[in-house]
Amino acid sequence: MNAASGLDIAGLSVGYGTRRIIDKLDLGGISASSVTALVGPNAAGKTTLLRALAGLIPSRGSIRLDGRELAGLDAVSYAREVAYMPQTLPPRVALSVFEATLSALQSSPTAQDVDPKQKSLDVLQRLGIAGLAMRGLDELSGGQRQLAALAQCLVREPRVLLLDEPTSALDIHHQLTVMKLAGEVARERGIIVIVVLHDIALAARWCDRIVVLSQGHIVTDGAPAQAITPGMLAEVYGVEARVERCSRGFVQVMVDRALAD
Amino acid sequence: MTGLSSQAPPGQSLRPGAASAGMPPIEAYARRQRRRLALLAGLLAIMLAGMLVDIATGPSGLSIGAVLHTLMDPAAADAGIRVIVWEVRLPAALMAVLVGAALALAGAEMQTILNNPMASPFTLGVSSASAFGAALSIVLGLAIPGLPANWNLPLFAFLLAFGSVLLLQGLARLRGTGVETLVLFGIAMVFTFNALVALIQFVASQEALQQLVFWSMGSLARATWAKLGVLAAVLVVMVPLALRDSWQMTALRLGEDRARSFGIALGRLRFASLLRVSVLTGTSVAFVGTIGFIGLVAPHIARLLVGEDHRFYLPASVLTGAGLMSLASVGSKLIVPGTLLPVGIITSLIGIPFFVALILSRRGSLG
Repeated sequence: MNAASGLDIAGLSVGYGTRRIIDKLDLGGISASSVTALVGPNAAGKTTLLRALAGLIPSRGSIRLDGRELAGLDAVSYAREVAYMPQTLPPRVALSVFEATLSALQSSPTAQDVDPKQKSLDVLQRLGIAGLAMRGLDELSGGQRQLAALAQCLVREPRVLLLDEPTSALDIHHQLTVMKLAGEVARERGIIVIVVLHDIALAARWCDRIVVLSQGHIVTDGAPAQAITPGMLAEVYGVEARVERCSRGFVQVMVDRALAD
Repeated sequence: MTGLSSQAPPGQSLRPGAASAGMPPIEAYARRQRRRLALLAGLLAIMLAGMLVDIATGPSGLSIGAVLHTLMDPAAADAGIRVIVWEVRLPAALMAVLVGAALALAGAEMQTILNNPMASPFTLGVSSASAFGAALSIVLGLAIPGLPANWNLPLFAFLLAFGSVLLLQGLARLRGTGVETLVLFGIAMVFTFNALVALIQFVASQEALQQLVFWSMGSLARATWAKLGVLAAVLVVMVPLALRDSWQMTALRLGEDRARSFGIALGRLRFASLLRVSVLTGTSVAFVGTIGFIGLVAPHIARLLVGEDHRFYLPASVLTGAGLMSLASVGSKLIVPGTLLPVGIITSLIGIPFFVALILSRRGSLG
């Protein structure tokens, strides 16, 4: 892998009005075929960072993909590189899973896909929800809705996939399904997946790299075993916790008590 | 990996929408598209039938056969019937269809663009602004020099409607303005313009007041071929422009952030759409006065029938709005025999029960 490949963020600042949420953040070397978790307490700036990377809110600094600056791209070209999945699908949408996937592909003015219908179906099949293709989005369970939303992102074949708390409303079975699929598609398609998670154990189990954010700054950044430590949990979350390995070697977090403010 | 198979066992579901569950998705999708085309054809047939009944209905009742005969071969028809059909009833019937179509398209676009099922040209103060323009023209006698007298009222109604939409657009283009802000601003405009109209009514003469009140109720009786030409031209331009944006509007239903991350220039889409809404609403209100409800209810009916793929949803809204206005026009002649009620009153009276029945019977269908 050459030095310019992957996603590099340098000096990124994002704010609303005069309030600075993220200040000169540097995050380099996010490589293809990997899943990176953004974790941190509430209001740490995780979603803001994700939305800035998606080009949805203005930011200053540099976001480079394979050495190429993304900021200069127009909306359509940006959308070809980066896909963003918000936390939830809006309610009361009279579209089927298939129609929603197809419209995600067809709505971009320069999309010239030879067979958009087949492509949509392929993605649904890959995610195991082809049987739901003709079902309305409103008829789906929470887990099915997240997979349908994921299909809308994947059908566009992005290089970077940004997922904002994709497991927050899901039971443990569906949390596992979504995270496992995210890892699989990252490796199959060679894409960069960045996912905001609240569940640190889930992040440790399914992500290659953990970036801990607090108050708009990176506190620690590394492989799960390095990033998740009792010290970090005390500093960032204000909890006393044990970090141990389970019998299968995965990092487990056991929170014992909240530390006094 | 395991997962749900793409082919569920046949007969697994009893839901009518899932009748095609055993079919490969692309085939099932094609079948659903064909059914939607058939529904559009059905709506068109209902609209045409409504128009024929509308032409046949009136103080001197005509048979559908006589109407058809007079329309097909005017020269061979009885002179009296020809005048009734061609000069009185056909313009009014066409006006009903065109106004219904225009208001429904405006409402359908607004509900999507503003992500609000209660949005319609009337929710955001466009019609109130228009009524204020009409009030200015009627009561204060404002006129554009050189313009025929009977075009002043429509022009002022249109100008104010257009101005109100420009205000909305200005707000929509401000960075960080969300859908809620826009709707709140629209509601503020409704109250402001209603207050201004009330103020003008307060100072108006008895005669001007009567004229203003009648105008504000909405009437098809003022239809002329010139006005029909203008409204038809507006629709001929606006419908294809709206359809050109149909994929983007469909994707917008999946959420604003998601749509933007699909590469949709939301500002441009919203601006173009609100511009169409203003032209459609402005011309309709200018020619026939205030007709509420169609712009709100027709899109809802269309959504229940064909879902929200805008390639079908927009035409279905247009046809439903046109058909509903035809029925309202028929109703306006029948409810009090011998009296032509303002059609704006009827749209609500026949629309509401129909709407409620549809919601209760076909909740959440995708067509």
